[in-house]
Amino acid sequence: MKKPLLIFSALFFSISSFAQTKISGKITDGKKPMVGVSIAVKDSYDGTSSNADGSFSFETSEKGDQILVATFIGFNSVEQKINCNGTPIVLNISMKEKFNELKAVTISAGSFDASDKKRATVFTPLDIVTTAGSGGDITGALKTLPGTQQIGNQEGLFVRGGEGRETQTFIDGMLVRNPYNTSVPDISQRGKFNPFLFKGTSFSSGGYSALYGQGLSSALVLETKDLPEKTETNLSLSSVGLGIGHNHLFEKENMSIGANAGYFNLSPYYGLIKQNIEFTKMPENKTFELNFRKKFKKHGILKFYGYANENSLGIKRPDINDAAHLKSLFELKSTYYYSNLTYSGSLNANWGINAGASFSGSYDKINFGEFYNNNPIDSANKNINSSNSLSQGRIVFTRYTGALSALRFGAEYQYAWEYAQIQLPNINTNFTNQYFDNYAAAFVEDEIYLNNKFVLKPGVRAEYSSIINKTNAAPRLSLAYRLGRNSQLGFAYGDFYEKPDRKYLLYQHNLDFERATHFVLNYQRIFNDKTFRIEAFYKKYESLILTPLDLNLVQNPSNVYATNFDPKNISNLGSGYAQGLEFFLRDKKTIKNCDYWIDYSYIDTKRQFSYYPISVQPDFAATHTANLVFKQFFPKLMLGYGVTYSWASGRPYYNPTLPSSKFMSDRTMDYNALGMNANYLTHVGKAFTVLVLGVSNVLGNQQIFGYHYSNDGTNREPIGLTATRFLFVGCFMSWGVDRRQQQVDDNLK
Amino acid sequence: MKKIIFAVTLLFISITAFSQSEKYMQVMQQNIALLDSAKSKDDYQKLANKFEMIASKEQNQWLPFYYAAFCNQMMCYNGLKGDDIDVVCDKADVQLAKADSLQPKNAEIMVLKARVTGARVMVSPMTRGAKFGRKSGEILQQAIAIDSLNPRAYLTAGQALFYTPKMFGGGKEKAKPILQKSADCYNKFQPTTPLHPNWGKGFCGYLLMQCEDKK
Repeated sequence: MKKPLLIFSALFFSISSFAQTKISGKITDGKKPMVGVSIAVKDSYDGTSSNADGSFSFETSEKGDQILVATFIGFNSVEQKINCNGTPIVLNISMKEKFNELKAVTISAGSFDASDKKRATVFTPLDIVTTAGSGGDITGALKTLPGTQQIGNQEGLFVRGGEGRETQTFIDGMLVRNPYNTSVPDISQRGKFNPFLFKGTSFSSGGYSALYGQGLSSALVLETKDLPEKTETNLSLSSVGLGIGHNHLFEKENMSIGANAGYFNLSPYYGLIKQNIEFTKMPENKTFELNFRKKFKKHGILKFYGYANENSLGIKRPDINDAAHLKSLFELKSTYYYSNLTYSGSLNANWGINAGASFSGSYDKINFGEFYNNNPIDSANKNINSSNSLSQGRIVFTRYTGALSALRFGAEYQYAWEYAQIQLPNINTNFTNQYFDNYAAAFVEDEIYLNNKFVLKPGVRAEYSSIINKTNAAPRLSLAYRLGRNSQLGFAYGDFYEKPDRKYLLYQHNLDFERATHFVLNYQRIFNDKTFRIEAFYKKYESLILTPLDLNLVQNPSNVYATNFDPKNISNLGSGYAQGLEFFLRDKKTIKNCDYWIDYSYIDTKRQFSYYPISVQPDFAATHTANLVFKQFFPKLMLGYGVTYSWASGRPYYNPTLPSSKFMSDRTMDYNALGMNANYLTHVGKAFTVLVLGVSNVLGNQQIFGYHYSNDGTNREPIGLTATRFLFVGCFMSWGVDRRQQQVDDNLK
Repeated sequence: MKKIIFAVTLLFISITAFSQSEKYMQVMQQNIALLDSAKSKDDYQKLANKFEMIASKEQNQWLPFYYAAFCNQMMCYNGLKGDDIDVVCDKADVQLAKADSLQPKNAEIMVLKARVTGARVMVSPMTRGAKFGRKSGEILQQAIAIDSLNPRAYLTAGQALFYTPKMFGGGKEKAKPILQKSADCYNKFQPTTPLHPNWGKGFCGYLLMQCEDKK
């Protein structure tokens, strides 16, 4: 009896140990073979990885019903029941890609994103300052992207046939009133904010989100940085001024406080490099900034940013009507405050919240005068006190509805004060106009990822403005579909409304919102650090402000400070369209340590608005625009350089000597500009130091943005640059406490 | 008779049980030995698959999770690019969290965590260098606080400095004393068991040699 049992046991034991089942097959993603996939019998040591052709083969000593598991990163695991009884098993397994934020399709039509989260996208803050010709200005760098115009005589981003005011700037979701320094006739002004304040720049050239409004053309969405990486002191010295700043990161690393001060004065520079205009008061700019950050446990962060600025200049230019004797004077003193308090965090796992409040105030004193043989003509003396303020509150809720899907909704309220006083001291007369506006908006937007390949984002925004007593409802829709592993197709549609410019609302309240409708179609391919995109758009303008003028009586109708229209004649009867095609190629890969992009934009646009008697191509739109931006960095030398070449075909300009049927039919010469910069990274003592050299318009190309005509039309003078080139030399130093290095060093002692 | 059957069954069970842990030792040792010859990301992918398989069977052992994370992390330093680095690092972080729950306050696990965090810098050195580099350094600091003689902690710190440009506070000169410290620790180091982490000595020597290079 004992023997058979033992034999039986032994037999059983040997079977369990040595009966092997061979499992083989092939693994694909539905089409192509997959390499490196793990295939194993669940809960055993038996398994293998697939080969380059997707094939696999191994033997298992497990027996009976088992589960075979195939796993690969980024793919859903596949489990399959098998029966191991010694008979070879052949299996073909098809795996499906997991839903994944990094691989998923993204909304691309009209938008250029630049945050670290979506690296595949196009612009980073560092890109801005290293773009030659940008002068370290956010707008300057964005002007090298498709869809934007090279406008040298006015500030702002002129996007796809739109004026500068049609692009709105948002900081942490809040609208910024006056993001640029106060306008000076014929001279483009810089943006107020330093690019290093922001961690991400997202620029939309059309069809932007329902979360934002009041820009007919475009939205520039800036997101401020979170806590600084370390405690740091900064010092900058340059050919135009100096700056000092300190940021303190508290020990627990959940709170920081910082302050910066800057003083810029162009007199030393203009003393060395002659300008085409005479300055009665050298441009001077004083800036003070404060910031505070506090991080809370549940990922919430509270941010405060405060900014104060005082800016002044005075210029005297020959008056075209009698250049030998007459000179006109423009003097400006401007004070500006901006502050922004925001909180962003989550209420629970499914709900997020963003709330904010901001205030901005702008107070400009402008003095216009005329001089005959350098003696003031009292009767021509005119002062303008121009002010405005904007207070706002905003709240946005986010409900996370899936891996990436989210429903966002919220509301905002703005209280605006706009004020203008014109003083004519000679006749002791003042004209004062002002108004208050209560603006409220509510919006909802649902971002729906149907799968990795298809995303849909419908939204709607409703707005009310008390000054015009009008409401609107603007539908928006974006969608994107992934064609292949690296390419996708995008589409965007939307209605966009904007309040009429303050220069009209000061005199006439019986107006409606201006309106634009966008259609954008986009193809994008991102492959191996190369981005290629083509975008086509159509944009329809309706109810634009129209202010008929008798052009025989007006010398310079496009002057930003011109108010020579009859308030009774202001209407919403203007209209227009813009359509075009844009190409963009960026390559960070082909040439080592190089990054370059090339873009070309074509636009066909006409509009009748402002003082335009007929519908024509406006004076801020060039039919063809192209940019080449090239950057290279030599890591061994710690030296980098950049070159930017921009070209645009001639722009229309107003020639009063032509009959009104030929209004705006003249074209300026082509625009050509070559900008260069170089930077060198080094250490001076304990300070990390960057030396920067930048030159604009290196080749000295003549740039003409339009012409001023004398009253009788016999004389004209081109509107150009104040100096052929602008040279910038700067040194930026920072002393940082990098605790990491300190800690490792301490341990070695 | 019943006793005999009982005894045989007992014996049988104990044999399988014994062979089970024997098998674990054997499979682990086999694969750990293969680590030395792994060079490309595909090699590490295959080994990561193996260790993940072992980990899924041996849910209570921290070492299979540790080695799976090690292989995943090595893929990042051996040819993995772009977004894939983040995906693999996410996976390694999960494995390390599991290892940490089985073996809390372990310097080796923390060193690996620091390496995974450091690997994320490679996705975009310009924008991520400061943040992730710093975080990595902090975790390493915690590892050193637990085990001040861990050679892999100093190797990781030295390696990070070695590959950081001089301008950003790195360079060979700064890396050298730390790598030297690492080498000293390697000379004194004895793994607890043959399965415990014992990698990096060769790489440390290689980096030190490069430091000597006056170029």
